Amino acid sequence: MSRNQAAESNLLALNQQKELEDLPKDYPLSTSEDEGDNDGERKHQKLLESISSLNRKDRQKLAERSEASLKVSEFSVSSEGSGEKLVLSDLLEPVKTSSSLAAVKKQLNRVKSKKTVELPLHREEIEQIHREVAFNKSSQILSKWDPVVLKNWQAEQLVFPLSKPQSVFAPIEHVVSGWKAGTPLEQEIFDLLHKNKQPVTEPLLTPVEKASLKAMSLEEVKMRRAELQRARALQSYYEARARREKRIKSKKYHRILKKGKAKQALKDFEKLQKVNPAAALEELEKLDKARMMERMSLKHQNSGKWAKSKAIMAKYDLEARQAMQEQLARNKELMQKVQAASESEEEEEVQEEEEEPLVPDMVNGVQIKANGLNPWMFQNHFIVAKEAEVQKDLENPAEPEAQETSESEEERAVVEEETLLKEFEERRSLRQKSELNHMAEPVHRHVTKDPSSQEVLSELRALSQKLITENHQSGKQELSSARTAQREEPAREEEEPMLLQRPKRAQTLDELEELGREGCVENKELPRTAVEGLQKEQMIDLQNLLTTKSSSVKSLAVPTTVQELEDEEERDQRQMIKVAFAGDDAIRDFLKEKREAVEASKPKDLDLTLPGWGKWGGMGLKPSAKKRRRFLIKAPEGPPRKDKNLPNVIISEKRNIHAAAHQVQVLSHPFTHHHQFERTIQTPIGSTWNTQRAFQKLTMSKVVTKPGHIIKPIKAEDVGYRSSSRSDLSVVQRNPKRLSIRHKKLLENNCVD
Amino acid sequence: METVPEPGSNVPPKKDRLQTKKKKPRRYWEQETTGTAAGASPGPPRKRKRNRELRPQKPKKNDTSKKFRMSKKPRELKSPRPQRSLSGAQDPFAGPAPVSVEVVQKYCRIDKSKELPHPKTKTRSRLVVAEAQEEETSVRAARSELLLTEEPGFLEGEDGEDTAKIRQADIVEAVDIASAAKHFDLNLRQFGPYRLNYSRTGRHLAFGGRRGHVAALDWVTKKLTCEINVMEAVRDIRFLHSEALLAVAQNRWLHIYDNQGIELHCVRRCDRVTRLEFLPFHFLLATASETGFLTYLDVSVGKIVAALNARAGRLSVMTQNPYNAVIHLGHSNGTVSLWSPAMKEPLVKILCHRGGVRAVAVDSTGMHMATSGLDHQLKVFDLRGTFQPLSARTLPQGAGHLAFSQRGLLAAGMGDVVNIWAGQGKASPPSLEQPYLTHRLSGHVHGLQFCPYEDVLGVGHSGGITSMLVPGAAEPNFDGLESNPYRSRKQRQEWEVKALLEKVPAELICLDPRALAEVDVISLEQAKKERAERLGYDPDARTPFQPKPKQKGRSSTASLVKRKRKVMDQEHRVSGHRGRAGHPKGNALLLAPLASSTCHFSPVSPYPGQNPPEPGAAAAEAREGQAHGGPAVGPGQIRALSQAPGPRRNILSPRPPVGNYPSLE
Repeated sequence: MSRNQAAESNLLALNQQKELEDLPKDYPLSTSEDEGDNDGERKHQKLLESISSLNRKDRQKLAERSEASLKVSEFSVSSEGSGEKLVLSDLLEPVKTSSSLAAVKKQLNRVKSKKTVELPLHREEIEQIHREVAFNKSSQILSKWDPVVLKNWQAEQLVFPLSKPQSVFAPIEHVVSGWKAGTPLEQEIFDLLHKNKQPVTEPLLTPVEKASLKAMSLEEVKMRRAELQRARALQSYYEARARREKRIKSKKYHRILKKGKAKQALKDFEKLQKVNPAAALEELEKLDKARMMERMSLKHQNSGKWAKSKAIMAKYDLEARQAMQEQLARNKELMQKVQAASESEEEEEVQEEEEEPLVPDMVNGVQIKANGLNPWMFQNHFIVAKEAEVQKDLENPAEPEAQETSESEEERAVVEEETLLKEFEERRSLRQKSELNHMAEPVHRHVTKDPSSQEVLSELRALSQKLITENHQSGKQELSSARTAQREEPAREEEEPMLLQRPKRAQTLDELEELGREGCVENKELPRTAVEGLQKEQMIDLQNLLTTKSSSVKSLAVPTTVQELEDEEERDQRQMIKVAFAGDDAIRDFLKEKREAVEASKPKDLDLTLPGWGKWGGMGLKPSAKKRRRFLIKAPEGPPRKDKNLPNVIISEKRNIHAAAHQVQVLSHPFTHHHQFERTIQTPIGSTWNTQRAFQKLTMSKVVTKPGHIIKPIKAEDVGYRSSSRSDLSVVQRNPKRLSIRHKKLLENNCVD
Repeated sequence: METVPEPGSNVPPKKDRLQTKKKKPRRYWEQETTGTAAGASPGPPRKRKRNRELRPQKPKKNDTSKKFRMSKKPRELKSPRPQRSLSGAQDPFAGPAPVSVEVVQKYCRIDKSKELPHPKTKTRSRLVVAEAQEEETSVRAARSELLLTEEPGFLEGEDGEDTAKIRQADIVEAVDIASAAKHFDLNLRQFGPYRLNYSRTGRHLAFGGRRGHVAALDWVTKKLTCEINVMEAVRDIRFLHSEALLAVAQNRWLHIYDNQGIELHCVRRCDRVTRLEFLPFHFLLATASETGFLTYLDVSVGKIVAALNARAGRLSVMTQNPYNAVIHLGHSNGTVSLWSPAMKEPLVKILCHRGGVRAVAVDSTGMHMATSGLDHQLKVFDLRGTFQPLSARTLPQGAGHLAFSQRGLLAAGMGDVVNIWAGQGKASPPSLEQPYLTHRLSGHVHGLQFCPYEDVLGVGHSGGITSMLVPGAAEPNFDGLESNPYRSRKQRQEWEVKALLEKVPAELICLDPRALAEVDVISLEQAKKERAERLGYDPDARTPFQPKPKQKGRSSTASLVKRKRKVMDQEHRVSGHRGRAGHPKGNALLLAPLASSTCHFSPVSPYPGQNPPEPGAAAAEAREGQAHGGPAVGPGQIRALSQAPGPRRNILSPRPPVGNYPSLE
């Protein structure tokens, strides 16, 4: 049945198809050949169509091509056989886009873009991620409590149950000043007071009264106003001028200005010198300080940025070259030792000379001469002429620019400088006078200027020695030569230690005598005693210690022996015997005892030699020294004895183990060094050392609990936090699975990672 | 030109101009307007302003700590600026009372001379707390010095007059009746030469004659408590911790009597005792015997703690160092040895004289020791580590007996004459040039002791007992809880119980009483070493320095080596320095002028040892130090500081002296 139906429907469909296929082809034919037939046929066709359109399902069903045929239905196109894949969109393309199709397209695109869904993570991994997130979150929340914990940890005392911080004690004034009028009556009163400007809190003076107290009289006000006006006007002028001057760019102007300033300074200084020498001295000191600063900073060397740029320019630009030279000159000047400083040195030098006559006078004289300039700076310049030049330079340290200005200016400047530098010259003249004594050998002077050449110095000393001896006409040539020979050796050493050592060398009597003849003894005595004192300090002499000679008593009541008891007599006798026989034996005994004690306290060496090992052993045979040395284990040397430098004392080095048992032997946690811990226990806490209040505070218990009260855990409100953080935390703790959106995102991030 | 300052820069007119330039001219109305502006609205706005001002002044914890901080520049602690009160009047003495820094310094016990390695944060916070505590307590103590009301007496001659010429009769005439009554003579020629001893409170006097006469009395009221004859030679006599017990060294054995004269004990293990000393904080009775033994008897439990053989023959010279409870023995070979019951050998042996030592005395601060020998010399030694003589003088006959007073006066008995020397201040050594006082007695001196808290020197001689007036000898203030001369029987019993509870173990006696506040470094190091051995590595060892790599070619091998070397050198330097600093005090001390040395070294002090039977709280302090064992730091530092010359400063008693009034039983 069903097969029949299907066949019928197939046939019917075939018919329809044929008709449909025929239709377009036949259509032109039919119109030309027979219209009548065509009309009827068309109607029938329409009918069929309308009928068939009723059944849509059937319409959809298109016959599949199963065999080759000429007639191919356009509705049953299949892509079978062809290699290409048919894409739906290709088919749809020529068709006009409609809304329904756009949606399809979108869907298609979305489908295309979607990737495959990844496999879900392991449960364990997910849990781990959850835990991590929860941990981060909760630690973040908990970190809010850190300050609270720290505070409690450091608190001197904690009181439980926790109560809100007690209201602090406030003085009555604060309370009153914070008080506000509440009742209408009060408000009224205060209004009244405010209106009349009456003091509300401070009942002493009204503001009007205060103002009237402070007010000035009319004349005063006028005077003051005029004064102020004048001051303001002056100030504005000054400011305007300064502004104008600041804007001037001319270098020449500035140079002139600078010079003018310098001149002015000189003039001022001159004046000051006349009026107030003390102030002038101060100024000089300032100058000196500036020089010292310069010497320290070395600012004017040709190493600055400006100087470098100038150096580049200098090749072509005369001005730049001049500027550079100027700076160099300035540097040179400032680097020199100025005489103002050297004068005191000179005096010292003179004193030294007096103290140490062994250094030949001539040398000192030369040094005085050399003092004028820094020997380090001018080591290589020994020519007199050069020195003179330098001296000249020295004379005008405060006026460097004066040299390269125009001649007339320079002259004027020199005139000014002369007055300023009078003192320098005076000093120089003084020095020259002192030099006059030693004018004899100018050549030598320059030779010995080099301080490093000690041999030369010693030679010179020998020479001078000869001279002196000749002067004295004592004819002790051989002696002096001997002495100089002696000194040749120490001359290699540095000078000062040599001076200290020399007196030791001359300790023999005859030498001393000879020295005395030359008149040097009294000077020599001094350093030697100093040396001896030094030695004495290092080791106290036991003999001296016990035999301190002290003045005998001049007591008013000298004891009388009116009625002596037997024992006293006896004692006196014994005493006399003791005094008579008191001597070194007590000291010797003591020293012996001390030596023994020192020996006993020394760590013992360990001797591991086995007699007979590798050699013959037996009676009378001893292992060789080499063996013994080899198998001797030396004990490490202990710390130095406390009585090392105290000859009259034996201090026991034994440890008091009984007392040590009471000492602290373990360092508690935060301390890393015992000194730290000792510091914390050095303050006594007992009531005998402290006042009652301090004692109570020191012995206050760390934690106080009220009996009969429940101690609840700390809450956020207790420490002034909002309660939200707490609830937040509690939520997290209760169900970590229900996380907020933020947490989920975080989780996702973690997953991606 | 820029480096050279203008010479004329301080010319007056210029300066003036500069000033005007700098300062904006003050308008005369400015002050006024602000004033009136403030005045115009005296109501609410001002209130607010003031509130804002006052807020930071609310007491906080930080503030309290700041309050105690001392500023070095002004010599006084500054109080905060006076607050304006409601009435507009200002408190002229706002804040806590100012305290002078010197006084505060006296009570600071932390020894800051030792340098600390750089502490970690936690450690530093602990240190800071400790220092803040120290500061606070010392400020409080300094404040309470106000309560030491009494001033020490003194004797001053008119210009050119020698105080030594002033006789006892003159002094007695000059002073008030109560004080004059303190000078008396007991003529007891029958039982001849007497030894005597004052109780710690200074109220009671016990004396024993060579021929067996033993008596005890309240010497202020002259009320006799007991008088017996023991029918045996009496060598020495000493009160125990209170006046109720009396130890008498008799010919054969040591006997103990109560204040009724009833014999309580006969200690046969201490035989042929020549000298007695009682260490009050340890309850130890030290006896020196003819047989050459030094025996420590614990009188609280009746046990002999230690019997030490001095190996130096007959012992007849003994004294105690009140500062650290060390016993000083004088020997016939001219040495003085220092003993502690914990050590079998002397702690220190000092060679003092060529002949034998006749007498030894140590002052209450434990800094000076006076010795006299058969060579007729009297010497004062420095006991603070160097044991060198500070001064010496030859006396025509030599001193047979020596005694120090609480305030550092030195008395010497020479034949029938007593000489007293005074120093500059409390802790300075007595200067032996000029005697302060001299007195001739009717017999040869046999015993000397200054009375505590009274300007009295008791002299036992062959003619009896003499009580001399020595102005300025004793500490004027006493600690009412520690040694109260006016205490009742009940109070004495209370004190006895407390003192027994605070008894210091005998083994804690050592030279430096402060040692107890130190860590036992040797055991610490040992433990550390053992731990490292056990673990196989040292957990505390620092990792060797590894220089961090740097960029731009600065990380070359040479520079790395250089950096390493730098760190190494620095460490070496630091450790070297520490080693030197840690080591012997000896060197530094030798070079330092001993007499004027400040507290730099000072017998700084916790007191495992004993303390000075001394004024006020200091004594008490000491005792507690011993009792506490732990963080005891006693008055050592105080003493050292008060050593500085100048007007004497009282030693503090943080507690008010309780019974300043006589409360006779």
